[in-house]
Amino acid sequence: MPNAHDALSSFSVITRRTILSSTAAASAVPLTMTRGQATPNAEPSAAPPLSVDLVVNNRTERLIIDSRTTLLDALREHLNLTGTKKGCDHGQCGACTVHVGGKRVLSCLTLAVSIREPIATIEGLAKQDGSLHPMQQAFIDQDAFQCGYCTPGQIMSAVACVKEGHAGSDAEIREYMSGNLCRCAAYPHIVAAIKQAKSATESG
Amino acid sequence: MRGFEYVRAADPADAIHAARQTSSAPPTLAPTQFLAGGTTLLDLMKLDIMRPTRVVDISGFRNRTDGIAFDRQGLHLGAFVTMAEAADHPDIRRDYPIIAQSLDLAASAQIRNMATLGGNVLQRTRCSYFRDTSWQACNKRSPGSGCAALRGLNRKHAVLGTSENCIATYPGDFAQALVALGADIEIAGPSGARRVKFEDLHVAPDAHPEIETILNPDELITGFAVPAGPWTRRSLYLKVRDRESYEFALASAAVALDLHDGVVNEARIALGGVATKPWRAREAEAALKGRALSEANARQAAEAAFATTKTHGHNDYKPELGRRTLVRALMQAATVEA
Repeated sequence: MPNAHDALSSFSVITRRTILSSTAAASAVPLTMTRGQATPNAEPSAAPPLSVDLVVNNRTERLIIDSRTTLLDALREHLNLTGTKKGCDHGQCGACTVHVGGKRVLSCLTLAVSIREPIATIEGLAKQDGSLHPMQQAFIDQDAFQCGYCTPGQIMSAVACVKEGHAGSDAEIREYMSGNLCRCAAYPHIVAAIKQAKSATESG
Repeated sequence: MRGFEYVRAADPADAIHAARQTSSAPPTLAPTQFLAGGTTLLDLMKLDIMRPTRVVDISGFRNRTDGIAFDRQGLHLGAFVTMAEAADHPDIRRDYPIIAQSLDLAASAQIRNMATLGGNVLQRTRCSYFRDTSWQACNKRSPGSGCAALRGLNRKHAVLGTSENCIATYPGDFAQALVALGADIEIAGPSGARRVKFEDLHVAPDAHPEIETILNPDELITGFAVPAGPWTRRSLYLKVRDRESYEFALASAAVALDLHDGVVNEARIALGGVATKPWRAREAEAALKGRALSEANARQAAEAAFATTKTHGHNDYKPELGRRTLVRALMQAATVEA
């Protein structure tokens, strides 16, 4: 499933992004912005750039960024961690969900300079040897995506949902996953995937 | 998003000092803004609706361990407690279900992890004319420019507390629980701390829709004091909306009851989704006092609550939806064990 490859593995060499940015079609896809264009049409900042140390997937990264930079743009445009997706960019869709300090948050509504705790993204979920997190495996086993765009956010949200203790029933899973929209409407399969991965995620 | 100076505050006193204002603008238009969870402010900055030149970061005040406390007088909630922390607290769920439910039914799990209680009560309206700068007329955004919602798509707009200048709905849920329970709000500012009734925090739009609260721009909400009472356990928050989860209320009711043998000793009622501010329904409370909690009496109370509505076409359905929501909330609350 190459269309979900970068959502499920941190070891892909050719990603959808590399393919798109090497073709003329890239400019027609508004969601695929090239580096340095994270804040189109914005006025130049009045404030000088800020230095911030972010711990991302257990690695410390020093960034020199504008105060406006969201965590989402810091990950995608500065650290090239493009597994985290930009959907609405207004906190309405959940595609940008990452963990900060072990809790799921929306990276599009978080300023990168404000972060004080470690960050975990979809790229940090698989083990070093490449074996998938049980939730990633369950999404594959249960066919819990079609286009795959919302999938990194769904998986990060799902891992947190289980760890919070909010995956006790189908209804509870649906309620506590309601912040992650899926336009392909894979919802029944997402619920099935979370149920499959529940016990392994709780102990993991 | 426009550029801004970023200042990280070490503590509330530091934040208040950093937020001292050089303009006379009300808090909604002030050039310096506090950043807590960021779920409202950053959204509105991206939409170019809020344009601070300085942002004072108070997000580090979250996750303090002393944020939730109980004593004989009631419940104290720190303003920097996140929505999720309060909603998941077992004692709040048991003794103040109306508070836990108002938070559970709001936003998404991610947003509840980010947003603070203090920021939550200050969230701005979802009026689509306010949120879209391509509409010139919005008295909240540009004072004196008019109101595009009066003759626009106003299906979700308020029917209580409106003025000829603004019919934008107050979007929150938690605030209705605080209003119903008669909570106080604690505010810190450059000249010290003050405490006022939470019910008095928000103001109806009248001539100045851009003024939404009694706060000064350099004041910070620091906490909420919720008094104990015989009605807090038999309480609930009922929210009616277009989709089952992660959606704002079309109508909601926060209800707390002190019942003796089926007779209402005291009813505390607030309404959401239908008003321009968190709305205490005193007429409905008075209509129920001393009477049996029957469906007929609940309906009479609901009629009293919506006796003086003003609708604008697409929201003509709201008074009846609000009445039915309140009746259902009252009848459900009566079955809650105290």
